Amino acid sequence: MGVEARKPPPQLALKLRRALGGKAGWNGVAVQLVFGAILAWIAYEIISNARTNLETQHIAAGFGFLKNSASFDVNQTLISYSGSDTYFRVFVVGILNTLLVSVVGIFFATVIGFVVALCRLSPNWLVSRVGGLYVEAIRNLPLLFQILFWYLAVLAALPAPRQSVSIFSAFFLNNRGVIVPSPLAQPGLVPFLAMLALGLVASLALRSYARRALFAQGRAIRIWPYVLTLLVGLPLVTMLVFGLPITFEFPQLKGFNFAGGARIIPELVALTVGLSTYTAAFIAEIVRAGILSVHKGQMEAGSSLGLSRGATLRLIVVPQAMRVIVPPLTNQYLNLTKNSSLAVAIGYPDLVSVFAGTALSQTGQAIEIIAMTMGVYLLTSLVTSAIMSVYGWRISRSLGA
Amino acid sequence: MSDLAASSFVRQDLVAERPAPVKTTGFVGFVRTRLLNSPTNILLTVLGLLLVWYTVIPTIKFLLVDAVWSGKDRTACLAENAGRPVGACWPFIQAKFTQLFYGFYPEVERWRVNLTFALGAVLLLPLLIPRLPAKGVNAGLFFFAFPAVAFFLLHGGGITGFGVSWVASLLQLFADSISGAGELLIGLSKTSAAGPLLWAIGSIIALVGTLLHWVIFPLTWLRDQMLAAGQGPWLDFAITAVIVSVILFVLGGGTRAGSRPLIASLATFAGMAAVIKLMGLDRGGLPIVDTRLWGGLLVTLVIAITGIVASLPIGVALALGRRSTIPLIRIFSITYIEFWRGVPLITVLFFATYMLPLFLPGNFTVDGLVRALIGVSLFTGAYQAENLRGGLAAVPRGQGEAASALGLSWWKTTSLIVLPQALRHVIPAIVNSFISLFKDTSLVSIVALFDLLGSLRASFADPVWTTPSTAFTGFAFIGIIYFIFCFGMSRYSLFVEHRLNAHRRN
Repeated sequence: MGVEARKPPPQLALKLRRALGGKAGWNGVAVQLVFGAILAWIAYEIISNARTNLETQHIAAGFGFLKNSASFDVNQTLISYSGSDTYFRVFVVGILNTLLVSVVGIFFATVIGFVVALCRLSPNWLVSRVGGLYVEAIRNLPLLFQILFWYLAVLAALPAPRQSVSIFSAFFLNNRGVIVPSPLAQPGLVPFLAMLALGLVASLALRSYARRALFAQGRAIRIWPYVLTLLVGLPLVTMLVFGLPITFEFPQLKGFNFAGGARIIPELVALTVGLSTYTAAFIAEIVRAGILSVHKGQMEAGSSLGLSRGATLRLIVVPQAMRVIVPPLTNQYLNLTKNSSLAVAIGYPDLVSVFAGTALSQTGQAIEIIAMTMGVYLLTSLVTSAIMSVYGWRISRSLGA
Repeated sequence: MSDLAASSFVRQDLVAERPAPVKTTGFVGFVRTRLLNSPTNILLTVLGLLLVWYTVIPTIKFLLVDAVWSGKDRTACLAENAGRPVGACWPFIQAKFTQLFYGFYPEVERWRVNLTFALGAVLLLPLLIPRLPAKGVNAGLFFFAFPAVAFFLLHGGGITGFGVSWVASLLQLFADSISGAGELLIGLSKTSAAGPLLWAIGSIIALVGTLLHWVIFPLTWLRDQMLAAGQGPWLDFAITAVIVSVILFVLGGGTRAGSRPLIASLATFAGMAAVIKLMGLDRGGLPIVDTRLWGGLLVTLVIAITGIVASLPIGVALALGRRSTIPLIRIFSITYIEFWRGVPLITVLFFATYMLPLFLPGNFTVDGLVRALIGVSLFTGAYQAENLRGGLAAVPRGQGEAASALGLSWWKTTSLIVLPQALRHVIPAIVNSFISLFKDTSLVSIVALFDLLGSLRASFADPVWTTPSTAFTGFAFIGIIYFIFCFGMSRYSLFVEHRLNAHRRN
């Protein structure tokens, strides 16, 4: 009886126009055509110039060079490598070294950053001022300056190996690097690690069970004694049964150098110290802003519900602050990874230094090598930002619900 | 009634005087409340004091108390000669001062560097003070006139042609390239499987190239005539001035809009003529100083300022492109921005140093400094675009819609309504990226340019000054320079932020 609502007209022509040229319509299509022609012209110029230039320099384009023997040495490798290995292996060695310094740097930067942030938030005037001084001084000096400072001034001023600065007779600082006790695997290592993993999985399962019981039935289960037993007791028992998992070989001064122990090259020390102290200043500001972004009323509401100060922080303030902190924190981790490319200035063998530096100057394959190097960093940052957008989507969903 | 009186209590004597509350103001109160109010805080204060004692005091001692202030070479800065613990070796800085500031810029020409910096400071300072008038003229002078003048001052050299010649040469290059592409395709069509198709496309492109040659023929003919006459750039300059002014007059609305655009254009050209005459650019200009001789703070500032000036237009274009609804332009902008933001600057500099020369015609060499400048500008442009995108998003939609309702075109809406508001929003973010740009200029020392940090590193190699404290002294000195610039910029950014948020304060 009622009149059926008419369907809107399909407006195919309009939709086509929108899809091809955006709001500008056919004008947009024309702009695109011109723009596309200009891009095509630039691409043509680049390709034709590169081809003639490579021909005059007698360089064969392509990735065939990756199979050639590299014939240079790298002073720190995580996988076995010798001069007779291929350029592709150099590439992998570089990536691993970059990963190593990034992971170590991220760990220390996070620790220092959170400590400095807490200092800045401290009600103690002196401590908050010291934290502020640290942040201002570090953030206003270039990173390369700081890395070179640690490398050329501080580490170079350390004494020769014979007069090393000794810490507990186990760590030795000298101008050749840091000598640390080297861990040696014992037969007990495998069962120890297995038990540790088992304990970890079991306590995670226990935690999820306890949470479900709390949310579904309102039953609070105290799980920490079991978790402690699983995480500490179980590996300890394993250790008693199978013997120590690792022993340490302590360095000994023999003649002019150290025997035993492992040497951390000074380049790695300088780079790690520089990167982590620099990034820590930025992380400290992010953490501080995150904690300050939680309204004071949240804390007051928590205590008026009868929660203890610790519980309020753990259950109310930190989860809300983390939402603000995590995205820029990830960004800083990414920055640290990208900044680790400054290794090339002090000769730490990271990806840029060994691959875009030494391998490039040996082969002259500039286009391929720089594209591969950029590709690695680009991939890392694109993957990270994809993960972060998923995280942001989940957060906005939980806030909307 | 008495019952009630008996049950009530009435105090018979005065309450005993209580001691005054603990003082919370003044120095003592401050120490009590902010430093020593709980056992934890006392511990923290002691730890903080220890930290200060072991870091700040030795630094001051090193820089001032134990420092050596005069000397000719390393012997003055050795502990055994001074007879006391030796701190900073300031004579080293005195000896290397010119190297750290000018690099190897010839001594007789250093006034040019000083003049450039003075000019820059005179133009920049009024731009930074919000209360001063004529921001438009000032910004125009700083962002357009100053870079050109600075180039001819620092690098030297003169001009042989002007607008007409440059445009003619550029268009000729373009037409040649298109003809070349067409001929290449026709050549390929003889061997390829898709021969006829390639031949057809190649012929069309070659035809376009030939057409372009004919279209630009008047310009090239004019240029050749002027070159043959050998009059220098003045005739060319006059023709350019007339053409540009007429175009501006017509596009600006002709007589309806009054003579303002015409007068502005003529005044600009008069200014250019004055500069050309003053610097003698028509007669070869100042002696050329090769950029390989530049160094120190000069290179740092040149890269920083060029990066700042060049990255802003790139950033504006990309930010607008990213918001555009035209598919190809949006995709291009997103790809460009994400690409440059995803790679470290050092690989960008490697790209500019090793890859860029391969992409240019073989007879076209690019100076090492210019390569670094291109890399830095492309890189910073992407970051600037993201800053500006935030500002564009902060301008309410209604502003653009109101402008459209008034009948303004897209260009006018953008340039008169949206962009000015967006730029105001993001000044602090832009200044912050200038700070990181300034810090990142130190990276060019890795691609063999001697900026401030690179010059310092080079000066460490001098055996005349090798002492235990040389490295620390050098780092302290340039650290102070970097700190002054970066700290100044960050304070300025705070000041602007404060000013922009004035309406939110209570």
